[in-house]
Amino acid sequence: MLDTMLGNYFPILLFILVGLLVGTLCLVAGWLLAPNKPDAEKLSTYECGFGAFEDARMKFDVRYYLIAILFILFDLEIAFLFPWAVALKEVGLFGFVAMLVFLGLLVVGFIYEWAKGALEWD
Amino acid sequence: MDSFQPLFEQLFGSEWGVPLFLLAKNLLLILAIIIPLLLAVAYLTFAERKIIAFMQVRVGPNRVTFFGIPWLGGWGQPIADAVKAIMKEIIIPTGANKFLFLLAPILAITPALAAWAVVPFSPELVLADINAALLYILAMTSLGVYGVIIAGWASNSKYAFLGAMRSAAQVISYELAMGFALVCVLMMSSSLNLGDIVAGQQGGSFLNWYMIPLFPMFLVYFISGVAETNRLPFDVAEGESEIVAGFHVDYSGMAFTIFFLAEYANMILVATLTSIMFLGGWLPPVDIAPFNLIPSIVWLLLKIAIMLFFFLWFRATFPRYRYDQIMRLGWKVFIPITLIWIVLLGAVMQLPEAALQSFPLNLWF
Repeated sequence: MLDTMLGNYFPILLFILVGLLVGTLCLVAGWLLAPNKPDAEKLSTYECGFGAFEDARMKFDVRYYLIAILFILFDLEIAFLFPWAVALKEVGLFGFVAMLVFLGLLVVGFIYEWAKGALEWD
Repeated sequence: MDSFQPLFEQLFGSEWGVPLFLLAKNLLLILAIIIPLLLAVAYLTFAERKIIAFMQVRVGPNRVTFFGIPWLGGWGQPIADAVKAIMKEIIIPTGANKFLFLLAPILAITPALAAWAVVPFSPELVLADINAALLYILAMTSLGVYGVIIAGWASNSKYAFLGAMRSAAQVISYELAMGFALVCVLMMSSSLNLGDIVAGQQGGSFLNWYMIPLFPMFLVYFISGVAETNRLPFDVAEGESEIVAGFHVDYSGMAFTIFFLAEYANMILVATLTSIMFLGGWLPPVDIAPFNLIPSIVWLLLKIAIMLFFFLWFRATFPRYRYDQIMRLGWKVFIPITLIWIVLLGAVMQLPEAALQSFPLNLWF
């Protein structure tokens, strides 16, 4: 029999599957009901009135890459903060000071990246 | 509903009856969430057009009606739009990666719908009452960015590519501020369960809501929510005047409509989460006679509607931000504010028990 833990998470799995199904069904409905008369001009990539000169998968600004790396760092920090925040009333002063040390280290990194100009966009 | 269980056991035998009953029951409950949600999305687009029209001293859509009833003028518009969208050709550009091009809209809508699995609508009305609800929602809303970036890459169009890069960087930046704001809520509530978070705001009046002690976090969370859903004034990812429509420039017909649905479903989700975590969810503003007689779900829906109105109001009021201004707001304003507030809140919570039990701290701790 389904135990309570699995019983609680089963509707979520089902919901994700239904979500996938909704998206798929919408596409299938569009494909079935809509006309389909392609021609070369219609299928060409959108560009301002002329054919595309080159492939669109070009080099892009390194700052996007930098943002992604910084995001990983800070998102991990949030992942650490979540259980700490939930348990803060139990871990008390010791837990608070321990997290202050951890946050302090990350803030030093944050100030460094700020000073280095990693967050500038001009 | 559980009274149908014996019927299933009779029909399919005792071994298959119970799982099949659970499947059917949960599917019905899921449809009972998704169908009203999709209707709400449809009428949110109508509300948006009407409200912005009135703010600009126009009338807005007022022609399409049901059965020719004149005073319903305009109310048929979302249905007409849906029918039109479904009848439009889905164009897949020659340069595009077909599989990813069609996968992207599905990846955009799935998390936008699936996040609703754990949202409580009233103390009893919740599909999956799990302990890690907030973690699950954070995970689901993070997945939304895949739809955007895959759409931009698969289209093989420069506009789509630029839009996807901008959108992805913006969404992940604001997710940080959002996550830090959530940490503050968790510190107050000591629980990831959304029902427990609302229960923690109980106590008689709106003064107990987390909006009051966490007011800056409330603003950060809501503004980050606006930025996360790529809504004006943070819609450089779509910026019509610069990159036409951003990541979904090559999408048409139903494929485009799915992105549209996902965006509006996410808007409603952000409004709902803001209501639950900061505005006391289904709790009435004052716990006295006329207010606490109104069913709790009405209060929740009212709060969601108010937050959604803010989305539309922002759109009608503010000009679009420049991209560097958006990134500055996210990284250099919101993240420092949230970090400082976490430390401040943590310090206040270390005060001796007697201090926490005196006014006004006794309202929240």
